Amino acid sequence: MVGHISSGIIPGNGVTDQLMEPTTSIVQIKGIRDGLLATFSEAPWEDQQSALLSQIDDRPTFFQGARLAIDIGTQALKVNDLVDLRDRLSERNVSLWAVVSESPLTEQTSQLLGLATRISKPRPEEQRHFIDTISNDTALFIAKTIRSGARIEYPGHILIVGDVNPGAEVVAEGNVIVWGRVRGMIHAGSKGDRSAFICALDLSANQLRIADEVSAALKPHKDPRPEIASINSEGRLQAEVWHAG
Amino acid sequence: MTAQVITVTSGKGGVGKTTAVANLATALAMDGKRVVCIDGDIGLRNLDVVMGLENRIVYDIVDVIEGRCKLKQAMIRDKHYPEMYLIPAAQTRDKNAVSPSDMVRICKDLRPDSDFIIIDSPAGIERGFRNAIAAADRVLVVTNPEVSAVRDADRVVGILEAEEKGNPLLILNRLNPAMVKNNEMLSAEDVLDLLGIQLVGIVPEDENVIIGSNRGAPVVNDAKSRAGQAFRNIAKRLQGQEVPFMDFAQQGGLWGAIQRLTGRK
Ligand SMILES: Nc1ncnc2c1ncn2[C@@H]1O[C@H](COP(=O)(O)OP(=O)(O)O)[C@@H](O)[C@H]1O
Ligand SMILES: [Mg+2]
Repeated sequence: MVGHISSGIIPGNGVTDQLMEPTTSIVQIKGIRDGLLATFSEAPWEDQQSALLSQIDDRPTFFQGARLAIDIGTQALKVNDLVDLRDRLSERNVSLWAVVSESPLTEQTSQLLGLATRISKPRPEEQRHFIDTISNDTALFIAKTIRSGARIEYPGHILIVGDVNPGAEVVAEGNVIVWGRVRGMIHAGSKGDRSAFICALDLSANQLRIADEVSAALKPHKDPRPEIASINSEGRLQAEVWHAG
Repeated sequence: MTAQVITVTSGKGGVGKTTAVANLATALAMDGKRVVCIDGDIGLRNLDVVMGLENRIVYDIVDVIEGRCKLKQAMIRDKHYPEMYLIPAAQTRDKNAVSPSDMVRICKDLRPDSDFIIIDSPAGIERGFRNAIAAADRVLVVTNPEVSAVRDADRVVGILEAEEKGNPLLILNRLNPAMVKNNEMLSAEDVLDLLGIQLVGIVPEDENVIIGSNRGAPVVNDAKSRAGQAFRNIAKRLQGQEVPFMDFAQQGGLWGAIQRLTGRK
C-alpha cells in the first residue's frame, strides 16, 4: 500500500511550492508498507542529505521512531556517506533500514552495512531497467570475507575471494564461486535456473540452494578439496570433488 | 602526544567487555599511563561497580553532554591510581541521550591530557554500539569460545570492516583449557580460524575475575591470578611491546593458527 502522507509536506505541490526553500523539493517522502520512503531527485549528495535532514527537523514528531528507506537513484555512495547519514538520522531517532539504488557499488556498500536493498514497492520501471543492464554473464566480484549478518544479492554471478562465514547469505541469479571456505548459506540460480552451480575451495556450508533444491548441512572436511555443487540428472542437489579437465 | 582511543565491544552481552575495560585500564595505569575509561553502556552502567567507584558518582556523561557540568567534574579519580579516571554512564537515561558526535567531541577534549581512552560498549549493534565506536582509533572485540558469541563477534567484525574502522583485535575470554582438551569447547584455533582477525590475548576462565569484580578490585591487581597475568600482557601489547602468548596447554594448532594469521596480513 503506497499512500502519500499529506500533500502539505510533499514539496512541489501547487501554491506551497513558491513558498518553500528550493532545496526541499530535492526529496519526496511518502509512506510505504514498511515505513517511510525518501526519494531524491538529481542533486549533489550533500544537498540531498541536508534537504532530507531539514525536512525531518521541521517535523520532528512526525518522524520520531520512523523506519526510513531511501531511494538514491544512480548515485555511487561511499561507505562514509551512508554511515554518516545513518548516524545523523539516528540522532533524530529515525532508523535507516534500506537503501534502494541503481548503482551496483552503492548496493554492495549497503549490503555490507547490513541494510536492505529491496523494499516491497520499488519503482517498478527503473528497477527493471537496472536488471536489464546486467546480462546473465555479469559477475559481482568481492575480495573479502562475508561475515555473519551480511546478505549479498546480485542478479548475475557472484565471485568471492574470501570465506563465507556462518550466518552470512549469498544469493545469485547465476553461479556462485568462492575462492575460500563456505560455512554460511549460498543460493545460486535464485530465480529458478536449475543449471546454476556453486563451487568453492571448501564447501562445508550450513545450507546450499540451487533454484528450489535445498541441501542439508554439509559436514566439515578434515582435508578439504575444491568441490562443485549442482543439480544432478535425478534432480537432486549434490556436491562432488572437483576434477580438472 | 595524543591519546589512543580504544573501544571494547562484542555484539553478545556477558562475554567480558566491562571486565576487560576495567582490567586493561588498571593494567595500563599500573604501567604509569594516564587512562580515562568511559562507560558507554547508558542505562545499564556497571563499569563503576567493577572498578569500585560507584559511591563517588556525582555527574555522568549525559550531564556533560547536556551541559549540566564540566567534563572534569564527571571524571572520577581512581582510589589507587591517581592518573586513572572513569566517566560513568547515566543510569536513568537511555542510549539516545548520547550521539556519535558527542563521543567524538568528548574524546577530542580528553585526548591531549591522556595516553589511553578506553570505552566500554553495550551489547548489540544498535545506537549504543555506534556511539561507542564513533571515536575509536582501535577496536577490541571480546568473545568467548562459544558458537553464539563467535557468531556475534563475526557480525561485529563485518560491521567494523564495512565502516572502515581499521583492523580490530581479538580478546578470547573465558577459555577453559580442560574443556578444550576434552573437546567440550571451541578451541582458540577454531575461533581464530573463523574470525580471521589478529589475536591480542587469551584470558582463561578464572574465578578470581568474579571475586575481583564483586570487590571492585579488578583481577590485574592480583599478581598470582592467571587471568590477571593475561590482562597485564594484553595491556603491554597495546603499548606496542612484544609479549609471548601464555601457554594454556593447547594442542600445537594454536601457534599454527596465529602464524597463518600473521602471514595473511
Ligand atoms: N575470564 C573470566 N573468568 C571468569 N569469569 C569471568 C571472566 N570474564 C568475565 N567473567 C564474568 O562474566 C560476567 C560477565 O562479564 P562482563 O564483563 O560484565 O560482560 P559484558 O560487559 O560483556 O556484559 C561477569 O560476572 C564477570 O565477572
Ligand atoms: Mg558490560
